[in-house]
Amino acid sequence: MPAWLIRPPPLVARFLFLAGLLVLWELASAAGLVSRFIVPPPSEIFPTIGALFAEGDLAGAFLRTFGETFAAAGLGALGGMAIGWWLHHNRAAGAAYTDWMAAVAAAPLVLLFPLFLVIFGRNAATIVAMGTVASLPPVVLKTKEGLDNVRGVLIDVGRTFGLTRWQQIHMILFPASLPTIFTGLRLGLVFALINVVGVEFLIGFGGMGQLIGDLGDRFEIAGMYAAILFVVLTSVCFFYLTEKLETWLLSAR
Amino acid sequence: MVAVGQMNTGTRPSRLRLSSVAIHRIVAVVVILALWEGAGASGLFFRGVIPSSVLIIRALFRLFADPAFYTHFGVTLFEIVVGFAIGTSLGAIAGLILGINRYTGEVLEPLVHYLAPTPKVVFLPVLLIMFGIGVGSKIGLGAMSCFFPMALSVSAGVRTINPMFLRVGQSLTLPLSQRIRKIYVPALVPALATGFRLSFGIATVGCLMSEIKLSNFGLGYAAMQAYNRFDIPTMLALLLVIFVLAGLGNFFIGRLVRLHGPNNRRATALPPR
Repeated sequence: MPAWLIRPPPLVARFLFLAGLLVLWELASAAGLVSRFIVPPPSEIFPTIGALFAEGDLAGAFLRTFGETFAAAGLGALGGMAIGWWLHHNRAAGAAYTDWMAAVAAAPLVLLFPLFLVIFGRNAATIVAMGTVASLPPVVLKTKEGLDNVRGVLIDVGRTFGLTRWQQIHMILFPASLPTIFTGLRLGLVFALINVVGVEFLIGFGGMGQLIGDLGDRFEIAGMYAAILFVVLTSVCFFYLTEKLETWLLSAR
Repeated sequence: MVAVGQMNTGTRPSRLRLSSVAIHRIVAVVVILALWEGAGASGLFFRGVIPSSVLIIRALFRLFADPAFYTHFGVTLFEIVVGFAIGTSLGAIAGLILGINRYTGEVLEPLVHYLAPTPKVVFLPVLLIMFGIGVGSKIGLGAMSCFFPMALSVSAGVRTINPMFLRVGQSLTLPLSQRIRKIYVPALVPALATGFRLSFGIATVGCLMSEIKLSNFGLGYAAMQAYNRFDIPTMLALLLVIFVLAGLGNFFIGRLVRLHGPNNRRATALPPR
C-alpha cells in the first residue's frame, strides 16, 4: 500500500475524519443506537440549513450578530487603545491598574448582563454593551504591552531626529507596537463574538443566539442542530479569517 | 551587611512608587463608588435600577442569613468543580493524544484550535435535551468549556518536552503507560497548571450561563429570580458573590501556576527517581 494511502496529507485526513464522524453518526441513528428525537441524523439536519435560509431567518440573524459584534469590537478597540495608551503613558496609573485590568480580563464578565439588562432594557444596546465590555480588557492589556516593549533605541533615534511628540507616536511608537496591539484587537473581536452570541441566547433577543433558543423552545430539534452547526461553522470561519488577516498584515508590514 | 544596606536604599524609591500606586487605587475605588451613587441618585435611570451600595451590602447580609443561599451556593460550587474535573481530565487526555503522535496532532489539532473559541453556550439546548434541567446540563456545559483550553495547553506542552527524556524512555523500552506516568505527566506540570488556570474561568461562565438560562437551583438561578421580581440589590449582591467566587478561584489557581509555572525548577521536567 502506498504511503499516501496510510498517511494522507493532514488536510485530506482531517476531512476524512469529519466525514467518518458524520457517517458513524448517521449509522448510529439508523441503527437506533441514539434516539432521533435527541440527536437527529445528519441527513435530517443538513437539509434544514437550507430551509432556515429560505425562511429568511438565518441570513438576517447572521448579519445582525456580526453587526453587533463589529460594533462592540469597534467600541472596545477605541476605548481599549485609549486606556492602554494612558496606562503606558502614566506610569503610576499603569502600575496601579494593569493588574486590575488583568483580573477583569479573567473575570466572568458575561455574567454582568443582568445589570446591563436593567439599565438598557432588552434590546441591541445591552448586547453591544456586553460585547464591548468583553472586548475591552485584551485590547487594553495588549496595547500597553506593545507600547511598553518598544525598543528604547528606536525612541532615542526619534529623539535625535528631533521628532515632535505626535511624529514620535505615529512614526515610531505606533508602528513598533502594532503587532502586539493587533493581537489584542483580534482577541477583542473573538471575545465580542462569543459574548454577543451568548447574551443573544440568554435574553432571547436578536441574532443567531436567539434563533437557536427559539428553535429549541419550539422543539424543532433538527432545525436547532442546524442553527448550532451554522453558528459553530461561521465562528470557526471567522476565527480562521481573522487569524490569517493578522499573519498577513504582520508579514506585509 | 553591605548587601542589606544596598537593599534598603534600593527599596526606598520603590516604596515611594508603591504609595503613589496605592493613592491611584484608592482614588479609582472612590471615583467608581461616587459615579455609581451619582448615577443612582441622578434620576437618569429608572428608579431602583442602580441601587445605592448601602442597599447592596444590606442585601448581601440578608443573603448570608438565608439558608436557601447556601443551597444555591453549594449547587453552583458542585457544578463548577465536577464540570471542571471532567472537562480538564478529558482535555488532558485529548491533549496527550494530540501531542504524542505528531501526525494525529497535525490532522486533528486545527479542529480543536478553531472550535476552542466558539461560544459553547449554544450547545446548551442539546445538553438540556440530553441531561435535563438539573445539574447534569450545567456540568456538561462546564466540562465542554474546559475541554478545549486544557487539550490545547497539554498538546503544546507535550511538544516542548526535552526529547532526551523521550529517547531515554525509548531505550529503556518503557510501555506507553509508564512513559505517560514517568515522563509526560511530570514534564507537563506547567502545561497542566496553565490549562487549569484558563479552564476555571470558563467553567464558571459555562455553569452559570446555563443556570441563568434554565434551572431550578444555583446562584445564577437565584440571581435571575431576583431580577424577575425586580429585587436589584439582591441580584447585584448575588453577582458580587459570583465574581468573588470566580476571583478567588482564579487567585488560587494563579498561585498554583506560579508555584509550578515555567520559571520553576520543576519545569525542566526531571523524571521522578
